Amino acid sequence: MPQEYKLLLKNADEPGYSNDIECYERNGGYQAFRKVLAIKTAKDSNNKEITPQAQLRTSVLDSGLRGRGGAGFSCGLKWSFIRHPNPKPVYLICNADESEPGTFKDKQIIYKDPHQLIEGMIISCWANHVNLAYIYIRGEFTEGAKILNQALQEARKKGYLGKDIFDSGYDLDIHVHRGAGAYICGEETGLIESLEGKRAYPRIKPPYFPAALGLYMCPTIVNNVETLCNIKHIVEMGAEAFAKLGTPNNTGTRLVSLSGDVKQPGYFEIETGKVTLGELINEPVFGGGLRDGNKLQAIIPGGSSSKVLRAGETFSIEDKEIDLLDIPYDFDTLMKIGTMSGSGAIIVIDDSRDIIECLANLAEFYAHESCGQCTPCREGSLWMNKALHRLTHGEGRKEDAEYLKHIAHNIQGRTICAFGEACAWPVLSFVDKFKDKFEEKVSA
Amino acid sequence: MSFTPSNNLKEEVSELLTHYPESEKRSASLMVLHAIQEETGYISKEAMQWAANEIGIKPLNLYELVTFYPMLREEKAGKYVLKVCRTLSCALAGGMSLHKNLCSKLKLDPAAHGLQTTKDGKFSIEFSECLASCGTGPVMMCNDNFFEAVSNSKADDILSKCE
Ligand SMILES: Cc1cc2nc3c(=O)[nH]c(=O)nc-3n(C[C@H](O)[C@H](O)[C@H](O)COP(=O)(O)O)c2cc1C
Ligand code: SF4
Ligand code: FES
Repeated sequence: MPQEYKLLLKNADEPGYSNDIECYERNGGYQAFRKVLAIKTAKDSNNKEITPQAQLRTSVLDSGLRGRGGAGFSCGLKWSFIRHPNPKPVYLICNADESEPGTFKDKQIIYKDPHQLIEGMIISCWANHVNLAYIYIRGEFTEGAKILNQALQEARKKGYLGKDIFDSGYDLDIHVHRGAGAYICGEETGLIESLEGKRAYPRIKPPYFPAALGLYMCPTIVNNVETLCNIKHIVEMGAEAFAKLGTPNNTGTRLVSLSGDVKQPGYFEIETGKVTLGELINEPVFGGGLRDGNKLQAIIPGGSSSKVLRAGETFSIEDKEIDLLDIPYDFDTLMKIGTMSGSGAIIVIDDSRDIIECLANLAEFYAHESCGQCTPCREGSLWMNKALHRLTHGEGRKEDAEYLKHIAHNIQGRTICAFGEACAWPVLSFVDKFKDKFEEKVSA
Repeated sequence: MSFTPSNNLKEEVSELLTHYPESEKRSASLMVLHAIQEETGYISKEAMQWAANEIGIKPLNLYELVTFYPMLREEKAGKYVLKVCRTLSCALAGGMSLHKNLCSKLKLDPAAHGLQTTKDGKFSIEFSECLASCGTGPVMMCNDNFFEAVSNSKADDILSKCE
């Protein structure tokens, strides 16, 4: 039987659990940070000293932790791009923008267990010699920002933040910075520009990582809320035990946001790759199946920007034919079948829905959210939206499907940031997989 | 018209400025604009001038933010601002009819997309993109409060609680 595995969400929904520091400490909170402060300098085989911080960074690398914000990049590797000691201050930013359509997982932690995030951040900052960090939270989470500010204040009072924390000589402060309703602030370089007090125009790459040039042109780490929470658990249980959770190269747990046409939408925590798409949708402990006897039509597996999957599809992986519903929910398998697990947000669409209307809805999102810097993205997202709304209003043309693909092809790979792919991929995949529906739309 | 900040606002802004490194006060811009909008409901040109002066930047640096970020407003909105999520998961859960019903109750145009305000200035309504509560759609906000799984009767209830 597939089961939830609660690591990050162990406490959040327990009766009587509250988001204040006393409750967090009663449940073992901040012990991981105390453990970290006690790490002693070690020596490698050449008798060279390894700092406690470097040991922790290695441990994060060994844990196999991959970023939970969208791209699934190795967290330890990202951290390793920063040289220590560094002549410039190093910054850390928690990406709490949570704006990928379908995603509502970081919110659960921010609102119900904020100290878990803060402890994860404190440990991550310590490991990377960061003295000043920010939580960039989406503007609509007004209450979430208040909760975090309150929690930070409590942590300062207890001495987990501030100057010379527990006589360790280490200084750290964390501040909350609110966005103001723009999706593009989730893209890490757009986020940095926004935090600098500018429009959230993503930066031209290279450099590919803010680790080289980030906030205030200093080395910067940007990690998602869920990623940073995991750091605390890596310390608590050890890298080796953490790496045993989930499946090889897809370690730990994942918070999955399930929405759309299932009986029980909601958020679930699973061991990565130990539960299949079909189980997430149909098992009573997860989605509980579709409503009203409707049948599955499509799955958007990793936030609205991931490529859609059609019911009944099969995939051949390592010479085995695998049914869509038997695909394990992890980073690598979803990449192998041509899509991604992205932000962990699954949107289920049943057969009572007009699939082109669904795509038109998403196209409107992207047309609204393009920051407008790159011509292919700014214009293309508008044209795609227009063509799709033409189709849903009975004014479609025979060549619209090809026209949409043509525009999408001219966006992907030709823009400053990955929003280009994010808006092109849904269109390309819907047209590819639901060609017949486009044809019906025009002939009808 | 000039802008006279309250003592609260002045204090909040000086506190916010301490959150950023000495040479990077421009970073406080967005937070300062939020603080102004929370106090006065919108951000006037005069308020931008005052804030720019406090931060040590040009008013234009703030104006370009107000015109970029959807949550920031140059004009007064209703006492209660309703935001209805229009993105896919909410749309599947009935977000469009929620918006339509709210509009018809408030005698506003359901086809309009931007912010619109009732004649008495009590309510404004607009669509918003995904509000990160997709599992409990349709979702709406009334000022800073989230409301989930908003049925028609729940919507009535929300409106009737707005004094
Ligand atoms: C258009 C766009 C929107 C994004 N939105 C978010 C977001 O809302 N939250 C998030 O954590 N990452 C988002 N990302 C990913 C970030 O750019 C970045 O990869 C992530 O914060 C890195 O953290 P991680 O390594 O811990 O996953 C977005 C990326 C793109 C291209
Ligand atoms: S791809 Fe789109 S969102 Fe990204 S920088 Fe270019 S215009 Fe802006
Ligand atoms: S789609 Fe409405 S909250 Fe996400």
